[in-house]
Amino acid sequence: MPSTYDTIAGIISETCDIPRDKITPDSHAINDLGIDSLDFLDVAFAIDKAFGIKMPLEKWTQEVNEGKASSDQYFVLKDLAANIDQLVAGKAA
Amino acid sequence: MRLEYFQMVDRITLLDPDAHLVRAECQVPEASPVFEGHFPGHPILPGVLMIETMAQTGGWLIMASQRFANMPFLLQVEKAKLRAFVTPGQPLQAEAELVHEGSGYAVVKGRLSSGGKPVAEAEIRYRVVPFPNPTLRAQMLETARRVAVPEAFLHG
Repeated sequence: MPSTYDTIAGIISETCDIPRDKITPDSHAINDLGIDSLDFLDVAFAIDKAFGIKMPLEKWTQEVNEGKASSDQYFVLKDLAANIDQLVAGKAA
Repeated sequence: MRLEYFQMVDRITLLDPDAHLVRAECQVPEASPVFEGHFPGHPILPGVLMIETMAQTGGWLIMASQRFANMPFLLQVEKAKLRAFVTPGQPLQAEAELVHEGSGYAVVKGRLSSGGKPVAEAEIRYRVVPFPNPTLRAQMLETARRVAVPEAFLHG
């Protein structure tokens, strides 16, 4: 079974037409991979479907905008994967 | 339908947020300046207006399910298929099924039919945000009553 990171890297590659080898766990979805907000919603939809979750994008965006969180926490792929794992675990609990 | 005002939905006939489903009647007008240009001698409803009709139908479902706290704005249209010409005076039935309600976005599958025959379909995605101002919200509530969105869905 692929890891969470592998699944989201595959989704990003396919959805945003980015070569898979350009995507690393340390890639920032926006700053490094250049994914814009429209494409990121595509990615979010695919992730929500793949994991059966609802990523709290509005909450994350608000926290970043208010300076309560760094965008790295949510948009660097290894951190995004960790957040998704938490959401999946929370759903199962 | 008042094509010139982009008011595509005449009447909601079924609105069931629990079943993620909305249906609506949309009567294509006999005459409209739209048909003078699209096309001279061969008036048909523009495909973009078929898509808009499905988008508005799904939009009523999203607004109702969120009790008119938020407004969906058209973001993306996927896999649109326009299967048949629609002519002046033709009655259309619109249907939208909520496929996914994400955080700040929503996805519906929209369908148009006429007399039981499929006319168009598309997957439609919206960005869903708080109403940008009270004027728009008030206007949408007024329109919701005109198209018979049940009163129970108009308030939180």
